[in-house]
Amino acid sequence: MAMALPLAYASSVVHPFEAGRLSFSTKATKHKKQIYQFRNVTKVLAYYGLTNPPYKLDALEPYMSRRTLELHWGNIHRGYSDSLNKQLANSPLYGCTMEELIKTTFNNGNPLPEYNNAAEVWNHDFFWESMQPNGGRLPWGGVLDQIEKDFGSFSNFRDEFVHSAMMLFGSGWVWLVLKTNERRLLIVRTSNALCPLVWGDIPIISLDMWEHAYYLDYKDDVSKYVNNFMDHLISWHSATTRMVRAEAFVNLGEPKIPVA
Amino acid sequence: MALRTLFTKKALTRASGLGPLGAAAGDRGLGSGLGQARGLTAASLPDLPYDYGALEPAISGEIMRLHHQRHHQAYVTNYNNALEQLEAAVAKGDAPAVVRLQGAIKFNGGGHINHSIFWNNLKPEGGGEPPHSALGWAIDTDFGSLEALVQKMNAEGAALQGSGWVWLALDKGSKKLSVETTANQDPLVTKGLHMVPLLGIDVWEHAYYLQYKNVRPDYLKNIWDVINWKYASEVYEKETA
Repeated sequence: MAMALPLAYASSVVHPFEAGRLSFSTKATKHKKQIYQFRNVTKVLAYYGLTNPPYKLDALEPYMSRRTLELHWGNIHRGYSDSLNKQLANSPLYGCTMEELIKTTFNNGNPLPEYNNAAEVWNHDFFWESMQPNGGRLPWGGVLDQIEKDFGSFSNFRDEFVHSAMMLFGSGWVWLVLKTNERRLLIVRTSNALCPLVWGDIPIISLDMWEHAYYLDYKDDVSKYVNNFMDHLISWHSATTRMVRAEAFVNLGEPKIPVA
Repeated sequence: MALRTLFTKKALTRASGLGPLGAAAGDRGLGSGLGQARGLTAASLPDLPYDYGALEPAISGEIMRLHHQRHHQAYVTNYNNALEQLEAAVAKGDAPAVVRLQGAIKFNGGGHINHSIFWNNLKPEGGGEPPHSALGWAIDTDFGSLEALVQKMNAEGAALQGSGWVWLALDKGSKKLSVETTANQDPLVTKGLHMVPLLGIDVWEHAYYLQYKNVRPDYLKNIWDVINWKYASEVYEKETA
């Protein structure tokens, strides 16, 4: 597939081979034939590596502590990644980018067992990159223009985002997405592992509202967590980069790269 | 102390005697003066039958305090608000508003119901007294053994994605026990109108994260040390009488 939505730029697909015993013969054709007939079956696996957040684990203090990141990324995100790779070891799903894997395993609403892990790996990658040290404050340029166009003002957008986060019942995520068909920004709330990629929308920013994301730092004070995210953590740099790519897709569609 | 027993007895009766919805609708425990002034049957936070630190080391005092004073209280408050708004909407004949409020009522009301049951499901060193007589036999019949039941509940609790509860449920009709899970704050009755909760374990992260971090299986293993089998037996015997 040509340029997939390159929103999680680091999930790499590596194909380790397990070589079986080769038996070589002196004759050229037989030799060539036998290289590809291993005694043991060659196992081709799909594998998705765990990426690091683009900052040190203590870089988001005091709004998100190092301890939270150690557990959230080091244990929980890593756990999803390990579980996913374990599932994929026995699965025909191979050769997908992360986004493709999520859409495939979502299976139009009847998710396959790999969906939850795949989506959560991607969601967390996206979340780390939605934040930065010294983040928050205001967006600028095209992003700000689009927000003002679709929400009236930045402060309307901010209020709506915070309200949506507070109204989430249970575990889930809050997203700012660019709707591909309607060509506008929207705030979307999803439960558990659900990711707006499955609807073909393009996420711009996300906020993890699972309790493990904030409980160590804020206990049950969700409002403080969300407000700190808006004021000090949100990465408008990431949002701008994502928006630029998103706009290209929305305006120009999928790039048609000719097959060689 | 006597006064405390009086209040806790009240809270116990309300939570266990009236069935899943009774706890919310009929609860007039402490601090309900405001509700009575308004003429509404307002829900209120039931008192815990033990100190916050009494369930250590299975569940830390910090978690118990936050869980009871902050989370459960929030459900009670928001449930009462939603009921008020519902009353107003019904009086005005505002059907869209009535329907819109159902989500908040289900979530906060469910949270109040579930947690009221949960406090009674826990008892300092309760796990030391395994269930005997009627409930014990029923567990052996329906699950094979107490260990099998515990294993099943732990497996289902650990596998639950997101937030929710795992229940030991009694089907009032068939008198059979089963292990059920519900998502978010859905009460057990959403799994079946004849389902009665004997035991519920909260697997929301706020129930264990501060102490067990993301290792939910450890929390599930340890909580059996403080499970109140006496309460579960009482409910079972009452429902199968």
